[in-house]
Amino acid sequence: MKKENSLITRTKLFFAEIGDMTLFAGRFFRELFSPPFEFRELIRQCYNMGIRSLFLVMVTGFILGLVFTLQSRPTLTDLGAASWMPSMISISIVREIGPVIIALICAGRIGSGIGAELGSMRVTEQIDAMEVSGTNPFKYLVVTRILAVTLMLPLLVIAGDTVALFGSAIIENLKGDVSYTLYFNKVFDALSFSDVLPATVKTVFFGFAIGLVGTYKGYNCSKGTVGVGEASNSAVVYSSMLLFIIDFIAVFVSDIFFEV
Amino acid sequence: MKKENQTPVLELKDIHKSFGENHVLKGFNLQLFKGENLVIMGKSGSGKSVMVKCIVGLIQPDSGSITINGHDIITMGQRELDFLRTQIGFLFQGSALYDSMTVRENLEFPLRRHKDKIEDFKSTEQSVQDALKSVGLLHTIDLMPSELSGGMQRRVALARALILKPKIIMYDEPTTGLDPITANEIIQLMRSIQKEYNTSSLIITHDVDCVRVISNRIILLVDGINYAEGTYDELSNSSDPQTRAFFKN
Ligand SMILES: Nc1ncnc2c1ncn2[C@@H]1O[C@H](COP(=O)(O)OP(=O)(O)OP(=O)(O)O)[C@@H](O)[C@H]1O
Ligand SMILES: [Mg+2]
Repeated sequence: MKKENSLITRTKLFFAEIGDMTLFAGRFFRELFSPPFEFRELIRQCYNMGIRSLFLVMVTGFILGLVFTLQSRPTLTDLGAASWMPSMISISIVREIGPVIIALICAGRIGSGIGAELGSMRVTEQIDAMEVSGTNPFKYLVVTRILAVTLMLPLLVIAGDTVALFGSAIIENLKGDVSYTLYFNKVFDALSFSDVLPATVKTVFFGFAIGLVGTYKGYNCSKGTVGVGEASNSAVVYSSMLLFIIDFIAVFVSDIFFEV
Repeated sequence: MKKENQTPVLELKDIHKSFGENHVLKGFNLQLFKGENLVIMGKSGSGKSVMVKCIVGLIQPDSGSITINGHDIITMGQRELDFLRTQIGFLFQGSALYDSMTVRENLEFPLRRHKDKIEDFKSTEQSVQDALKSVGLLHTIDLMPSELSGGMQRRVALARALILKPKIIMYDEPTTGLDPITANEIIQLMRSIQKEYNTSSLIITHDVDCVRVISNRIILLVDGINYAEGTYDELSNSSDPQTRAFFKN
């Protein structure tokens, strides 16, 4: 423990942790496809995560749309390209800003929640109690939660994107006299399959990353209340980092496939 | 005692367990017979909780063998182990109630997949009510664990440990931190369960009153091994001062 601060040990620990997390992910896939399945808990988690984050995601999305439009408008107007506003805004939001911002919000809300919940269950021996009662806690707690975030994040992002576009439309309507019909016609003209599909697939991976890191940190929480705080905190930090890495890879890959 | 003519329901042979440099168990042996109340005593940190967690497979011992009804639990597959666990009740030192669930849901949890293993099973609701009645807490059925006192939580945890009518029950410090009256109620409850179902119990406790009332046999766990073994009268009158020290109130 004392040597923990030296750079070499820390690097070693970091890679050991990545290895552990990979094994953890492997176990997720093995248990995902073997019965018994915990459907009720999955539904409950989906509901909890979806409903509880929806309001936050919508508010953030709305403000994002407002602010982004307000900020970009003057520049585009100066360039005489104000009529490009709807297409530019929608493409940036749908392809990049929406997924990343909303995933970050969810890493903060859902990821830290999972880390703290499983962490405190670990520390107070509730996970052990589940195991002793003949229920597989990995299936009941980990598989359901990872799956729930993976399924719900794309939906939350779609909801957030939609609200953001509404926010943007309001500004356009007030400042640029663009009717809502015209605005959304332009949006749908601008967005193509090659914008929407990679962005949505990306959010599936974002969701998986948030769920994986949160459950990993919580499930392997060390003893004590300090451990719980640390689990919830590092769940947010690591998953946010992972989100950007995944985003980079996703942009790279979709660039190859769709040649944009 | 009726040792010779019986095979033990639970047997630990030469169990070793270390956490890094910390050698907790260094060759611990134990036999638990049918219908017996076996008490384990030992200082705080001597490895009693680690030992019972080895028995239910929560901690993997470094070496040694653990057999329950003749089945080796260390080499056992997950499915078999889960099945065997339904025959073992485990009361955790810290109660370990699921704090996001109500008392009812806590008790229903072990029943979700294992109702079929109870002999005279009527309905989930009936089982839950019976178990809660037996610990005198039927009125708390819709409360959350956080709304209960520590002693009530312990009793709910006991009800949960007993709901599958296990053949072997392990109590990790069932009365520690409770007032004498509640502690006595729990002791009486443990005795009545033992009488009614002829269960075998492994009880970890420091509570000398509890030991006197309930124990058929006592094992002292000191320095990772069986330091002494015998009945309450034998050990409390032992010539060895360290053994006697455990029984001073
Ligand atoms: N998961 C673990 N990792 C590392 N060390 C552990 C772990 N569990 C227990 N220990 C160590 O094993 C030793 C025995 O712990 P244990 O909980 O079994 O004590 P105990 O006899 O039950 O004490 P008490 O009467 O206070 O409950 C302690 O020194 C503890 O630090
Ligand atoms: Mg203990």
